[in-house]
Amino acid sequence: MPSERWMHGALAAAAFLSATAAVTIFIIMAALGWPILRDGHLLQVLTGPWLPLRHQYGIGAMILGTLWVAGLALGLAVPISLGCAAFIQTTGPRGLGGLLKHLVQLMTGIPTVVYGFVGIFLLVPLVRDVFGRGSGLSILAAGVMLGLLIAPTLILFFVEGLAAVPRAHRLAVSALGGTPVQQLVYVLLPQAWRAILAGLVLGFGRAVGDTMIALMIAGNSVAPPASILDPARTLTAHIALIVAADFDSPEFRTLFVCGLTLYALTSLGVVAMRRLATKHLEAP
Amino acid sequence: MRAAAQRAITAWSWISSLLLVGAVAAVIGFLLVKSLPALNPRLIFGSTPVLEALLLRAPVLDGLWPAMAGTCFLVVTAVGLALPLGIGAGIYVAEYSRGRLKQGLTLLFDLLAGIPSIVVGLFGFSLTVFLHHHLSPRIYPSLLVSALALAFLVLPYLIRGTQAALENLPARIRVIAPALGATKMQNIFRVLVPQALDGILSGVILAIGRCAEDTAVIMLTGAVASAGLPKSLLGSFEALPFYIYYISSQYMNPKELRQGYGAALILLIVCAALFAVSLLLKNLLAQRLRVR
Repeated sequence: MPSERWMHGALAAAAFLSATAAVTIFIIMAALGWPILRDGHLLQVLTGPWLPLRHQYGIGAMILGTLWVAGLALGLAVPISLGCAAFIQTTGPRGLGGLLKHLVQLMTGIPTVVYGFVGIFLLVPLVRDVFGRGSGLSILAAGVMLGLLIAPTLILFFVEGLAAVPRAHRLAVSALGGTPVQQLVYVLLPQAWRAILAGLVLGFGRAVGDTMIALMIAGNSVAPPASILDPARTLTAHIALIVAADFDSPEFRTLFVCGLTLYALTSLGVVAMRRLATKHLEAP
Repeated sequence: MRAAAQRAITAWSWISSLLLVGAVAAVIGFLLVKSLPALNPRLIFGSTPVLEALLLRAPVLDGLWPAMAGTCFLVVTAVGLALPLGIGAGIYVAEYSRGRLKQGLTLLFDLLAGIPSIVVGLFGFSLTVFLHHHLSPRIYPSLLVSALALAFLVLPYLIRGTQAALENLPARIRVIAPALGATKMQNIFRVLVPQALDGILSGVILAIGRCAEDTAVIMLTGAVASAGLPKSLLGSFEALPFYIYYISSQYMNPKELRQGYGAALILLIVCAALFAVSLLLKNLLAQRLRVR
């Protein structure tokens, strides 16, 4: 073994170097976006419209787009995920529940670009035909696909939360003659609410942070959306679309505000999640 | 609680499970049906003879081979860069840090894990452009830049995997070597790390999967639609997920579209297999520790 001290130093260096990564990314973003923050245009950029021809580079519509798409994804995924978690943990036959859990675990491995690809050629035409309006590229299509993307994360979190309730409590319900559903409603859910809330936060973070699904099937319109059948552009898709612009242009500078907004949103989520469930910090 | 409400809840759990399974089946089934006509060696090697392509003697012009090779190079470089750092940091967090220091470190790692991949891509791209202007005009978005940015992205997976595997080792394994007079470092590298190896490997494989599937980072940092096989670390490259994205918006004819379906199916299978292996390793470790 090399000297004890030397190895300790190397391990510590690895840890602190890794720890600076998150800080470095933040500092570089803030430094490059500094001209906008310094000139006091921040509010204007955050709420204004995107009209490059009139030299207005607001990202308000993209923030709205992000919230619509992520909100819809969460709205669709949460009830289904709760149902699936209940099925796995209590209401389903044991064998089937285990099978579903394995399937859900494998689902976390499906690449988001594959969801986007299938979305374009399967879901978008479907939306177009059913609602007979526009191209089918819409918040609805993106929300459904994104819901499918985040559902496994939610389900696994919920299952873990339900499973963490002490066995004695569940046995007590059974001993009193309670059914599995009564056990779920009166004992498991009230005790697991922190884990469930943490799952919601994590799912929302994943939905906000995903790029490919929104980029490929949300339509990327810069107008603020008014209904779920409208196309919309998310912050992430906006970054992907504008990056080709000139590095020193004002368009490009606003990207760092997008980046910082995303950074702030997901960091808030991380902090909230740590508060909620210090025990459930598994990798998604 | 009324019987009707109970039945409704049970019914809902069945319905939502069926909906989920149905949706996944629709996604995978659709891909399978659409890519079936394209599934043959020509999908990967085009009109180039397979052996010639594998020996790098002839270029593949109309197949997925360059994109697959690009993804392989990318994954190896990115994970190679992140591996020593991630595992070292994981060991440090699990075995050396305590109290506030540990909380601070894990908070920073969690923040890093939460950063959307497009933001990491933007960071990599901006840094490259900045260095191009101010350091050397020879610095361009390239395989190396993509690999570096991806290394940032997967670092948390490696750290958490290592940390969790070490922390879950039972105390009885932990105390044997020190009781026999081993130093802390000997205990870590001769006993704890070997015992936790399946768990650590599970994190590594998860990281490989994330590198292989990520599109947002590489589309900003050097992936292009046609570059052939990657020639150097400083050149642009093709990659499977970027190819899928590119085809979805730019396909010219049904043949290209079929290739896109084929590429999506291949990526899906590769990633699902990696995740399955990662899970299996994790379960193996848990089982081994329970039995002993």
